Amino acid sequence: MTTAPTSRTPDTPASEPPDRPGVSRRRLIGWVLASGTLAVAADLSSGAPSASAAVPSPPQVPEIFDLGDLQTNSALPTSQLIRIDLDEEGVAHFAIPRMEVGQGITTAAAMIIAEELDLPVDRVRVTLAPARPELVFNQLTGGSNTMQSMFTPIRVAAATARGALLQAAATELGAQLSALTTKAGVVTGPTGATLTYGQLSTLAASTEDVAVEVSLTPRREFSVIGTSHGRDDAVAAVTGRKQFTMDLFVEGALPTMVCRPPTLNGSPRAVRNLATVKAMPGVTDVVTVDTGVAVRAATFGQCIDAVRALDVQWNGGPVDGEDDESILAELRRAELPMVVPKVPVLASTLDLRVEFMFRSSAALEPNCAIADVRRDRATVWAGLKAPLVAQRNVARAVGLPISKVTVNVVTGGGSFGHKLFGDAAIEAAKISKAMGKPVKLMWHRADEPRQGRTHPMATSRVRATMLAGQVLTFEQRHTSVVTDFGHGLGERLTALAAELPANLGGLSLSQSIFTLTQELPYDFGVVTQLLNEVDTRFNTGSMRNIYSPDVATANELAVDQIAKRFGKDPYSFRMSFLRNAKAKRCLQAVAKAGGWGRALPKGVTQGIAVHTEYKGATAVLVELDTRPATVNRKIRDAVTGPRVTKAVIAVDAGLVVNPRGLEAQMMGGVADGIALALTSSNHLQDGHFLEASWDNYFYTRQWNVPPEFRCIVMPSDEELPGGAGEAGVAASVAAVACAYARATGKVPTRFPVNHGTVSFTPKSFVPSVPESPTDGLSYTS
Amino acid sequence: MPQHTFLVNGERVTVDVADDVRLLWVLRDVLRLTGPKYGCGINVCKACTSHVNGKAFNPCSVRVGDLAPDDEVTTIEGLADTVDADLHPMQQAWVDHDVAQCGYCQPGQIMAAVALVRRVRAEGRAITDADLDGIRNICRCGTYTRIREAIRDGAERM
Ligand code: FES
Ligand code: FES
Repeated sequence: MTTAPTSRTPDTPASEPPDRPGVSRRRLIGWVLASGTLAVAADLSSGAPSASAAVPSPPQVPEIFDLGDLQTNSALPTSQLIRIDLDEEGVAHFAIPRMEVGQGITTAAAMIIAEELDLPVDRVRVTLAPARPELVFNQLTGGSNTMQSMFTPIRVAAATARGALLQAAATELGAQLSALTTKAGVVTGPTGATLTYGQLSTLAASTEDVAVEVSLTPRREFSVIGTSHGRDDAVAAVTGRKQFTMDLFVEGALPTMVCRPPTLNGSPRAVRNLATVKAMPGVTDVVTVDTGVAVRAATFGQCIDAVRALDVQWNGGPVDGEDDESILAELRRAELPMVVPKVPVLASTLDLRVEFMFRSSAALEPNCAIADVRRDRATVWAGLKAPLVAQRNVARAVGLPISKVTVNVVTGGGSFGHKLFGDAAIEAAKISKAMGKPVKLMWHRADEPRQGRTHPMATSRVRATMLAGQVLTFEQRHTSVVTDFGHGLGERLTALAAELPANLGGLSLSQSIFTLTQELPYDFGVVTQLLNEVDTRFNTGSMRNIYSPDVATANELAVDQIAKRFGKDPYSFRMSFLRNAKAKRCLQAVAKAGGWGRALPKGVTQGIAVHTEYKGATAVLVELDTRPATVNRKIRDAVTGPRVTKAVIAVDAGLVVNPRGLEAQMMGGVADGIALALTSSNHLQDGHFLEASWDNYFYTRQWNVPPEFRCIVMPSDEELPGGAGEAGVAASVAAVACAYARATGKVPTRFPVNHGTVSFTPKSFVPSVPESPTDGLSYTS
Repeated sequence: MPQHTFLVNGERVTVDVADDVRLLWVLRDVLRLTGPKYGCGINVCKACTSHVNGKAFNPCSVRVGDLAPDDEVTTIEGLADTVDADLHPMQQAWVDHDVAQCGYCQPGQIMAAVALVRRVRAEGRAITDADLDGIRNICRCGTYTRIREAIRDGAERM
């Protein structure tokens, strides 16, 4: 694919990286492992920034030590190796202890290895590691932390490999080490003699584990990192060869689905027609588990028929009778009071309260898992971002020791936080145990918004006081239905209690995470941001970010209102009050590229917003068309409404490994942001969510995509990559929300703005899944 | 059990399965052609989009018994065989524009795109923004902008 433009000679002291924060100048150690062909390793803690930095009160916690640091530092207590193997074909192999769900980490990892090893990117194969219990806390894909924590360890391992290859070549060619050069997987000696990495792979192998000191390629010599690369699985994806969990065929693992209760988290009491359903065509087994009644059959189509035929008596669920309004009332009661410090009597006050509805975090690939549980062991296959937690939970669920449970991580068809949890793997294991047979479990689409994880309903209150052109105080009280962090982050935080900045002491887990992620990038005097969470009855989780999209939306709406009070333009107001330089640069970039303030037809309005997190920044400018002809455009079974006609996003994500991959993440973030602001939510009524289809849950579709989209990747002199997977969402929702408020002259108090209208006829709750249509041949096109 | 015969990716197949099993499951569970994906089972998400006699359709919503012996089904696996290259031009455009993220929706997106280009071509016109707006395929990773770019590009190469 790409080769280094210049060949490289072994490192000299002059090429050492400059002394910068983030990269330690302490010696980096790699390992050459005992193996038949060259195998190298590096400790996952290589190059991790130290957690000992003092944390003064202002600036806020995340500016010094954020969630990414927490996850990076959580690797420190245990010694854990990542390993690269070089085969006799000269191909490097690396099993990354993270999950690929579309965010491009395998491509980025291949690029990093190619850089340090001086090998073409297409000679590097990155696969997903199965659950590795020895990694303890360090096998969780979340919080956009992958590149931040893996960057240096991967480089150290690859540099170790290159060093070992050079050593072997020097011996083989009888040449001085310094007289050798490497290029694209070939070592060249002083006489022009060459040896390929493949030829050297056995010669460079070691009979014992040896520690070696390495230095890394200085940033100015990067030739792969920072260039754009297509995804490593692009061809597999477009030919249908890319395999997801449901595409695997495990001996005997027949299609399996679950008939689920009509209300949220209800449970089965009795099946009234067991014999009839068992006798249906294709059906092999019907068993009752805690979540419903499971059916195993020759095809999923026959599972659907059987699920529809089941006559089950149900126990109610814990939220029976509840609805949006009752939960909102509960949140309102839980809102923490404001504690405005004493401000001069002449100060004016701005109050804002915004509500955020439940949202489904389901990916397009529904929850699914393969499980084969035997008397003495269990194996599962699933898309799992926290495979170790899943392993423990599967073991617990089927009553086996953890060591008897094998967890295979499969590439996921999207995650957005949904796959932090092993819900499907655990359920599949229980069903497999109950049936005594292997199963391939799939959730029906209808099950996803109705019984699957949601982003919790929340409210955000903001109170700001202002005097003489200054903001004296800015208080935020975020109140949310409890967010489930039972996917490993909690354990990390607990284990790391001693390492955490002092002012996190005494906070609950969710409050700690809130404090670690939320910061206000403005100079607004005394700032307090507090979280309170109530009600554990819902199935929740983060959704492409935890609190930020909601918090940022409330804040940025408030910022626009403050600017208005001061008679200032939203852009120039932000520029004068932002204290975060990265955010300022991003804002400036989108204002310029997007033409902030340009003349637009009446009914088309701009919105602009910023967000800072994971030590990076994003800014978004949108143009929103609210003209009647647009709002009322008709598309069958669709929610149309106002349309974002242009979106410009600028992102500073630290050192960028693959700009093209980063742009893709931002594109997805903007699509999410548009949906969260305008169209996508779950409606709770009578103890259940109404949504059961993608034509009920209105994630952004082509008819709501901005015809004009641009992503600006900001140059950065950081030495480490920041988070990217989630960075695009918060500023996008906020910008669309701000544009909507400006267009309508009224600040919306509820998101998404169309939540008040139920734009579809809810599907039946009994049966729990809709029938598959039969008229497909009359809709060919 | 009833037998059903039809063509899949250029080959005649015969399957033993009940009439009313939807074709998606015959393709995936019986014939093990896993390119067409399940995303809803009710003809909404379009992840299963394939071709029947050259036109886009959704096998999750067709009974296998409703196919005639000469009906020709093409799944993403067979798309490249309809041209004289390793990849169909639309697949190549997808690779060149680095469209896929998780990739789950993309087989369906590509099959929908190819059918769209054929349709507008038959109508003697070029693809419009309205055509692109009308594509119903969900992409939960939000790759829509690159999909639009790849379709226009792929159309020129087709
Ligand atoms: S699975 Fe066929 S349209 Fe969704
Ligand atoms: S690429 Fe993931 S759903 Fe489209």
